Amino acid sequence: MSGVHIAPPEQQPATFAFTAENLELAKKHIAKYPAGRQRSAVMPLLDIAQRQHDNWVPQAAIRYIAEMLDTPVIKVLEVASFYTMYNLAPVGRHFVQVCTTTPCWLAGSDKVLSACKKHLGINPGETTPDGQFTVIEVECLGACVNAPMLQYNDDFFEDLNEENTGKILEAIKRGEKPKPGPQNGRLSSEPLGGATTLTTFNPAASAGGNDD
Amino acid sequence: MLQDKDRIFTNLYGQQSWRLEAARKRGDWDNTKAILDKGQDWIIDEMKKSGLRGRGGAGFPTGMKWSFMPKQSDGRPSYLVVNADEGEPGTCKDRDMMRHDPHKLIEGCLVAGFAMRAIAAYIYIRGEFYREAENLQGAIDEAYAAGLIGKNACGSGFDFDVYIHRGAGAYICGEETALIESLEGKKGQPRLKPPFPANMGVWGCPTTVNNVESIAVAPTILRRGGDWFAGIGRPNNTGTKVFCISGHVNKPCNVEEEMGIPLKELIEKHAGGVRGGWDNLLAIIPGGSSVPLLPKSICDDVLMDFDSLRAQRSGLGTAAVIVMDKSTDVVRAIARLSKFYKHESCGQCTPCREGTGWMWRVMERLVQGRAEKREIDMLLEVTTQVEGHTICALGDAAAWPIQGLIRHFRGEIERRIDSYHSGQPVMPAAAE
Repeated sequence: MSGVHIAPPEQQPATFAFTAENLELAKKHIAKYPAGRQRSAVMPLLDIAQRQHDNWVPQAAIRYIAEMLDTPVIKVLEVASFYTMYNLAPVGRHFVQVCTTTPCWLAGSDKVLSACKKHLGINPGETTPDGQFTVIEVECLGACVNAPMLQYNDDFFEDLNEENTGKILEAIKRGEKPKPGPQNGRLSSEPLGGATTLTTFNPAASAGGNDD
Repeated sequence: MLQDKDRIFTNLYGQQSWRLEAARKRGDWDNTKAILDKGQDWIIDEMKKSGLRGRGGAGFPTGMKWSFMPKQSDGRPSYLVVNADEGEPGTCKDRDMMRHDPHKLIEGCLVAGFAMRAIAAYIYIRGEFYREAENLQGAIDEAYAAGLIGKNACGSGFDFDVYIHRGAGAYICGEETALIESLEGKKGQPRLKPPFPANMGVWGCPTTVNNVESIAVAPTILRRGGDWFAGIGRPNNTGTKVFCISGHVNKPCNVEEEMGIPLKELIEKHAGGVRGGWDNLLAIIPGGSSVPLLPKSICDDVLMDFDSLRAQRSGLGTAAVIVMDKSTDVVRAIARLSKFYKHESCGQCTPCREGTGWMWRVMERLVQGRAEKREIDMLLEVTTQVEGHTICALGDAAAWPIQGLIRHFRGEIERRIDSYHSGQPVMPAAAE
């Protein structure tokens, strides 16, 4: 896997503990695995820690989780540094991940990156001076028929071009919540302009459409 | 062409609600107890009869895989693990099944888990699919509340749990033993086989790992019969298949079609054709990034199934069709895949850890033509030293796209080298 950036000691908090609510959530995750196999919960617990701690996992959280799961600290650090979704150093509150693998590249991911540069003033791997936005380049996110696309925090924004990427970023800057999903008017992964299949089913038979 | 009445994923696009009530109207969970009442042997026989081959890329017969699980427990429980770590570039079908048709997957977990005498299913979903995991968890909660899973699932007397385990960004976890390691809370590094998961999988217990699509189609196959599924497609390549068509087509899309549909028909009927027309086609990667690309001359009449594509020295893989028109810098397109494999190598086996980086660096030079022609054969030779010399197939997957490029586009690579040495290097083209 690629190089891992761990925040320097001066950025690391001395201690970490789950909130009462997150402690309950952690226990629920641990309970999903057989007795004695609590180490299986290391990934969900790292995710909870990251969400609680401004989208990055401090070393104190790694020690805390190791103790909770009765696992050596190095085993938790190993997992935290192996998987790309754990941030071990601070990132912006607005975390923008642009897919540039071949299917997205063929569809114009270079222009999504240039829109990020134009509207945020940063290159992939950088954070804006105010610490608000981080942009990174990532490998295939699994939305290839809606390429090019980016992930903003937990949501996918799809069917992008330079213009609509810019609009999304500007909306986020203004504190708005742009609508995730395809940006070219289609519902999801059907051909633009209308599905060529599933036409003999009547969507109205189950009114409500694609709720949440 | 497949008709709507024979489509399994009737809410592939999310035109209807994913929730239980709507799923029931589409036929999911319709008297599942009757399927379970027919017994494990009947289910496995019917799956064998259907000819279903695993939809995650390798194409191993699903019914046979299920039959490898122990019929008598030696005291250890058995587990079903669903591989929802969809990450093969070009592939985005499992995502649609989970966010729009999650009850098919959950019902599939129950019938498959029952057939292999498992006590629980763990669905390992890639971490980036956060919203998809939300829908899937919502559907699991609905299924528990309705008594469809959990204690006495569907009133069958069989207890069965379904859990989600979210990944955290590692393509290698799509390899079944790396996935098992990850489920155990470890780095996702593949295990040596044997022992095979059916003997010793997650937590040292018998385990079967199946792709989302393989599991999600099972309830429909069991309702309509293995013969129905086997009647679609061609012998040894049966059934329906969800294809993902991306790249230079007018209307990229996912679509469920008949296995063995001609590639050209698939693209022209559902994806609006190649941008600029079929004659503007350069090459297609027919089964996700790992399989060798095919030049237009082969794409003209090749059929989209396991055996047809294998005969062309490529593969169906995940059925992710990546289309490149004549404007494409094909060397760069493949070099970008080399970068992907370098990034995703887990680092465990030396040929892959070192080889993927080496191959990528040479590919980057070939993009510019900054190389000697003899290096093309040297690169080809190195791909064969990586291929087959690693614990898992990631090394093979890194080698094959390059082999395909050299096989079909050696002339283009040589042209660049000539241009570079003549002082007029080819400028790497932007895509789109």
